[in-house]
Amino acid sequence: MAQLELFLQTLISGFLLGGLYALIALGMALIMGVMRIINLAHGDIMMMAMYIAFWLFTLFGIDPYVSVFIAAPALFLFGMGVQKYLLTPVMKVESILPHNQVILTVGLAMVLSNLATVLFTGNYRSTPVNYASNAWYLTDIWKGSPIELSLSMPWTLSFVIAIVITIALWLFLSKTDIGKSIRATSQDPDAALILGVNVNRMRMLTFGIGCALVACAGCLFIPIYYLYPSLGKQFTNVGFVITVIGGMGSTNGAVIGGLILGIFESMTATYIGMGWAPVGRFAIFVAALVFLPGGVASIIRRRKLGK
Amino acid sequence: MNVFYGDVQVIWDISFEVAQGEIVALIGANGAGKSTTLKTISGILKSRKGEITFNGAPIHAMEPYRLIERGIAHVPEARRLFVEMTVEENLDMGSLKGAAKAEREKTKQQVFEMFPRLRERRRQFAGTLSGGEQQMLAIGRGLMSKPLLQMYDEPSLGLSPILVKDVFNVIKRIKEEGTTVLIVEQNVKQTLAIADRAYVLENGRIILQGTGESLLNNEHVKTAYLGV
Repeated sequence: MAQLELFLQTLISGFLLGGLYALIALGMALIMGVMRIINLAHGDIMMMAMYIAFWLFTLFGIDPYVSVFIAAPALFLFGMGVQKYLLTPVMKVESILPHNQVILTVGLAMVLSNLATVLFTGNYRSTPVNYASNAWYLTDIWKGSPIELSLSMPWTLSFVIAIVITIALWLFLSKTDIGKSIRATSQDPDAALILGVNVNRMRMLTFGIGCALVACAGCLFIPIYYLYPSLGKQFTNVGFVITVIGGMGSTNGAVIGGLILGIFESMTATYIGMGWAPVGRFAIFVAALVFLPGGVASIIRRRKLGK
Repeated sequence: MNVFYGDVQVIWDISFEVAQGEIVALIGANGAGKSTTLKTISGILKSRKGEITFNGAPIHAMEPYRLIERGIAHVPEARRLFVEMTVEENLDMGSLKGAAKAEREKTKQQVFEMFPRLRERRRQFAGTLSGGEQQMLAIGRGLMSKPLLQMYDEPSLGLSPILVKDVFNVIKRIKEEGTTVLIVEQNVKQTLAIADRAYVLENGRIILQGTGESLLNNEHVKTAYLGV
């Protein structure tokens, strides 16, 4: 019974973690789909959002969940600016290296994390919200339950908000003209251009939305995590692994990939050891590359296109 | 216009016009510069010298995504559909701007009447359609913008002879409904049969021009393109 309890509890925490991971990877997948580049500053942009949430909480007592509404728009504008003033000019330069823009995002990541160290020191920070250790227990609802499971309140809240944001993004991409234009740009930019899509503006918008999404993830993570200037790399990693599992540039794949990685890491942590979770992450990354090079998206695509 | 790819000039001083209500064809062999000419009109490529005017206004300096608002629709070579979007979404993409957007549903019904197969398959991904259906969708997507001028780049490419006939009939019908047509083709015989006027391109220069009928009887065209 204790074994089953442990397994189910691990599954639940893996699922909750996976929902948040999915939100990080969504922004990265969207940017990859439209721009054809990996944004290696993704985690550092998340770090920026977490500092915004941290300072809003520390200075003004604003709840991290509320700061989503401040951090997301702020980083949306930041992302648009990065695309317009940094990435677009680099795109026009012809050089021997095909992916100058990726290298630029690495530089951006370094600048951001070092700037954070200079400004905020390397100390670990957190937002001690008063509901941090609240949880719901299975025995509270079902008195005679043979096993005990718990559901942490901040984790669940973060998960639910992540799901709501994901659904909102899906509606935006599938129902609005701008959303369709973004998808069209990712599938065939030249065709989109002659149909009247301002492709450069779509790129700006996409980078902005990608940053806003990871900003939301940052605000949702800070009540359950801690913060330090170089934390970005870890989450860039997570986002990249998920994008590979999910299939480059696929938003549906990112959601499924996020859940897979969350559950897998949780299982590794429980059954092999806490320190092994990153090893598990890379094991599944290599496995995905070897056995499913197109990611989850290739399975979805095969079903829908009958290929 | 004079167009270059890098330092290589591919279009040499060509000049032509399309009058309202006409079907005008550009014909020629592979590499003659036909598609390049259309891409230049669409603004994807730029002409180094010369100008392009539409309804009296210069358009050669405009951003390519603005041309569709002026009434120029380009049905590109190889169809260039959004394969991972549904048929209906592809049509929506044809009507992003202004009046076309306001009349989207109405135009869509007209397109569906013209191509009933598209109505049946409107919720399917464009990538699942057959070659002929994809070409119909590409033409339909062009019509969604309610264009004054529709430009076709090799609409018969990769289609069976029966479907090619269908495509040419559709283009004729589109012209009869009042849209001006500029068509680029290698299928010279059928193109000249529906064209009011045509220009023959060779190595980036216009070497012949005339009515469709007169070119069909021209000795050079006969030997070089019709194989008779």
